[in-house]
Amino acid sequence: MKRPMTMAEKILADRAGVAAVEPGELVEVPVDLTLANDITAPLAIRIFEETRISRVFDPERIVLVMDHFTPNKDIKSAEQVRICREFARRFGIRHYYEGGACGIEHALLPELGLVVPGDIVIGADSHTCTYGALGAFATGVGSTDLAATWITGRTWFKVPETIKFVYRGKLKPWVSGKDLILYTIGDIGVDGALYRAMEFSGEVIRRLSMAERFTMANMAIEAGGKVGLMEPDRKTLNYVRGRAKREPRIYRSDRGARYLEVREYDCSKIDLQVAFPHLPSKVKPVTEIPEIPIDQVVIGSCTNGRLEDLAVAAKILKGRRVHPHVRTIIIPATPQVYREALRRGYLRVFLEAGAIISPPTCGPCLGGHMGILARGERAVATTNRNFVGRMGHPESEVYLAGPAVAAASAVLGRIGSPEELGLKEEA
Amino acid sequence: MRFRGRVFKFGDNIDTDVIIPARYLNTTDPRELAKHCMEDADPEFVKKVRPGDIIVAGKNFGCGSSREHAPVAIKACGVSCVIAESFARIFYRNAFNTGLPIVEAPEASREIQEGDEVEVDLEAGEIRNLTQRKIYRVKPLPPFMKELLRDGGLIPHLVCKYRNLRLEDE
Repeated sequence: MKRPMTMAEKILADRAGVAAVEPGELVEVPVDLTLANDITAPLAIRIFEETRISRVFDPERIVLVMDHFTPNKDIKSAEQVRICREFARRFGIRHYYEGGACGIEHALLPELGLVVPGDIVIGADSHTCTYGALGAFATGVGSTDLAATWITGRTWFKVPETIKFVYRGKLKPWVSGKDLILYTIGDIGVDGALYRAMEFSGEVIRRLSMAERFTMANMAIEAGGKVGLMEPDRKTLNYVRGRAKREPRIYRSDRGARYLEVREYDCSKIDLQVAFPHLPSKVKPVTEIPEIPIDQVVIGSCTNGRLEDLAVAAKILKGRRVHPHVRTIIIPATPQVYREALRRGYLRVFLEAGAIISPPTCGPCLGGHMGILARGERAVATTNRNFVGRMGHPESEVYLAGPAVAAASAVLGRIGSPEELGLKEEA
Repeated sequence: MRFRGRVFKFGDNIDTDVIIPARYLNTTDPRELAKHCMEDADPEFVKKVRPGDIIVAGKNFGCGSSREHAPVAIKACGVSCVIAESFARIFYRNAFNTGLPIVEAPEASREIQEGDEVEVDLEAGEIRNLTQRKIYRVKPLPPFMKELLRDGGLIPHLVCKYRNLRLEDE
């Protein structure tokens, strides 16, 4: 009998065409989808063109999303996008997104059904691990690795050991997938899963919406993880149905699979979390933090810019005004999220609350544009990183949280929870 | 491969946003990127660094964004080699792919001090701290990574393989 394997091992073994793989082994695998954006694609294109190779492995499996500096913030970034556009046209790359078709890549690709369970995906963006929520082996690489796969259709991986995270119990009011992943990173540290696969499981994960699952898988990289995997279930298949262009392949960890470590969390004890500057692991429960006045709130990004996130923000902001000192920027992650938020009346709630509604863009998350911080300013953001200078001036500060804390903080003018506004979440 | 230079020392979790802030990522030109290398950790770094100098850092060097602009900027500002306790995995791949030599050496990383004169000898598998007169053995590279370095990076390695494949097709 084959030895029992984890999900990560099974995907890699199957796609490498071998019966079994061992952690530490190098495997070469075909890649189902490659992704790059307006920062990483121009570099990959330059590297590709220097080889003078005149064809790509499969234009249908190349996705280019011009999301980071969209709408193009200056002449240089517009030139970068022009390089990508010309490359896409020359090679007949249909999955090229800019302007009104552009959404934040890691929200857009699953929404369009471009990633399916069991896929191997590499993206020249570290948050490519988001698709682990679909049960895809998806990870970030640099532009050279990406250009290499445009040539060969393949890539190499070292088979990672897997750490299993089991979430049990009942979530407290307002606590979401974002709080669980921040808590987890706080527990294991920003290199706690370095070179490892993270596998998220347990009854709590099964109850989470797909949006919250994407949020959790998205931040696997913030613990150093190679992938953040979840076993596909009925919710996953319902999500994929009607979107997917290819047949999903379902992989689940075998009973008796070997894990480097299994960590269990009793979620009934996990409060709303806030990660303090300048690491995503510096988390504290919102109930235990002092008064911290803020200047800006950002609700959006590939971590928390989906419809469910905007729904939480709308519930809190409805009939309230954001604090006069707090610029509140709300960024629907994709055109589809934007349209649906409009249809459901969320955008009206945001406008009446005094928030700014931005077009889909990565913009402020990486200090690109559309909401940059001045020296000494503080932001609460639903994004994924709070490194030095991440959102602007090197002496500015970013506090990471979920949409509930972010929206409540926008009203309070300081970091706080919806409960401080007298709001109760129906369980 | 042998490198010798003065050491600039950094701490744990030096992320790629600090190595090259996103506000400068509207270009892929290595010379432009080099002007802002390590800017948010030490704004004076690019003024002080000389060709051949060595960065020594703590755990998880290069964490965060996958931007290959990070190893490109480090190499283009003249740094010959990065020694760290550990590297983030995307940065590790990117460094080999772009030809920036990196060495994982926990003990050396902890003991080497800012300003020390250090020699790295990848062939011999040694780091020599000339200031402190101390020698550290280095873990040998995995064979595949050695192959990449021998061929001059991932792309030359593949181009070579790809051309051979095409010849076989014909």
